[in-house]
Amino acid sequence: MNGVPLAVYLGLGLFMFTAGVVGVMIRRNPIVIFMCIELMLNAVNLTFLTFARYQAVKMPIPGDQQASMMAGQMMVIFVMAVAAAEVAVGLGIIMAIFRLRDNIDIDELNLLRG
Amino acid sequence: MHQAFQFPVPEIDFATIAPVVFVALAGIVALVTEMFGNGRDKRTTIWVSLIGLGIALVTCVYQLGLSEYTTFNKMVERDAFASGIHIVIILATALTILFSEGYMRDKRIAHGEFYPLILWSATGAMIMSSTESLLVMFVGLEILSISLYVLAGLSRAEEKSEESALKYFLLGGFASGFLLYGIAFVYGATGSLNLVYVNSALAHSHGSSTQLLLFGLGLMLIGLGFKLSLVPFHLWTPDVYQGAPTNVTAYMASVSKIAAFAALSRILIAYAAIHEMWIPALTAIGVLTMTYGNLVALRQTDVKRMLGYSSIANAGYLLVAVIARGAHPAETSTTTIVFYLLGYSLTTIGAFAVLTLATRNGSEGTKFSDLRGLYQRSPAAAIILTLLAASLMGFPGTAGFLGKLFIVKDGLQSGLTLLVVCLAVNSVISVYYYLGLVKAVFAAGDEASELRLSPLKGGVAVACAACAIGVLFVGIFAGPVLSVIGGAH
Repeated sequence: MNGVPLAVYLGLGLFMFTAGVVGVMIRRNPIVIFMCIELMLNAVNLTFLTFARYQAVKMPIPGDQQASMMAGQMMVIFVMAVAAAEVAVGLGIIMAIFRLRDNIDIDELNLLRG
Repeated sequence: MHQAFQFPVPEIDFATIAPVVFVALAGIVALVTEMFGNGRDKRTTIWVSLIGLGIALVTCVYQLGLSEYTTFNKMVERDAFASGIHIVIILATALTILFSEGYMRDKRIAHGEFYPLILWSATGAMIMSSTESLLVMFVGLEILSISLYVLAGLSRAEEKSEESALKYFLLGGFASGFLLYGIAFVYGATGSLNLVYVNSALAHSHGSSTQLLLFGLGLMLIGLGFKLSLVPFHLWTPDVYQGAPTNVTAYMASVSKIAAFAALSRILIAYAAIHEMWIPALTAIGVLTMTYGNLVALRQTDVKRMLGYSSIANAGYLLVAVIARGAHPAETSTTTIVFYLLGYSLTTIGAFAVLTLATRNGSEGTKFSDLRGLYQRSPAAAIILTLLAASLMGFPGTAGFLGKLFIVKDGLQSGLTLLVVCLAVNSVISVYYYLGLVKAVFAAGDEASELRLSPLKGGVAVACAACAIGVLFVGIFAGPVLSVIGGAH
């Protein structure tokens, strides 16, 4: 059989997710951190689509296959919609901070300590 | 001739989602009222919100008596647990709204958008807690969280508030990523987004699909662990709780935890078949959460931070009940979790409501020392706070005592001895810092305390009284309360 095996797609997803996680932890600019979160969500989407395609092999009954594939693909649309909503709110918050202090570096956001 | 194509229609019972719809509608009406109102007077908006919540509460209580069923193509679950959690969410939201008006006016942040946002956030919490579908759970979580990100930054002129909003937002998005990645693996193993199929997949599976399911569970636990601020995923909690406006903090500490605990409980029940594999990990998290929360709370000087750490510790206590229920769903009842959440929400919201009295003329005090002289200023508030602290300590006769007692009972029944011992030890440690709070309230005030502290009147008074009476009522009449939240038997 030729074609790209399942593991390659899952591996790429895992790599993207890890890159996102590492990025969130080491970057200092909230906008870049947010881009890393988006990268994590895209890794999730890739994983969902990979598994959705995989259902066609796994499920014996065609009707179940359809429903099962649809579930994964639908989830991707929901993830994208929610990510868009998060961008709207997140950039609003970053703007509000920028108006207050002309600087959004998170190392300087240290008023809250205890 | 072709037969006309017809879409298959799943069985849908719209009455099931009536409570959720009423709360969401109340949010829309509140928004419109706020749009056409004069901007200064918030009374109409508050009444609209409270009436909407009241109607939703009545429908929830009615639904408690019904038998279990699922509808909307298995996307909505109606059982006693869901209705009980809905009731607690609605009560917590209503109490928060009650004490918010005076506080936000005193803090000069009386923005009208608070009311629709908090109602929609409650909608998300309710959606999240009454489903077995991971898709719906995720959407509910995001409706809850996105409204909360905005609410945390409500005090726009204050850097502290914006900083807390940004931290909450980034960590929330990060946590959602983990939760979603976990859901993806559950979907990969079962071919479905519904938790119902996890059980059967675990029952007749070969090794690889069990591994996928376990990996998925681990990632979902990390995601929900952030939301529940379990140690080691708690780092954002004290900062966000301290920076956000106090009424939003009260709401975060109660409602968002209620919803996330309901979701966690459903997920763990789906994984009951392999409970010996996840119990050790969760036990470690539980012990760490309780101990760390309490030990760090001991050395706080800021009341909001202290209550933040106290809420971390409380999440650890409740985790014991959730583990017990997840491991042995057939032998434990749902009422322990709902009962503890009810008592915890009443005490926490009440404590934050009393704390808002230290806000006056645009300045807010949140240190222990800012509460000095509260007893002279308004003895009722001081006594209510003492009562709430007693419940948090677990004093007999209060909701907190019985809540912990039920958790201990469930924990011992499920053989979680280590966690139960840890809970008992931690309850003793926690007495110190709650007593510190009581001491601060009864300390003699000076001339400045008159200017610093607001009098106890209006919505704050109603909310404080309701919390205090509720804590006592739940503590004394536990039998009837338990049979109501237990639903039909």
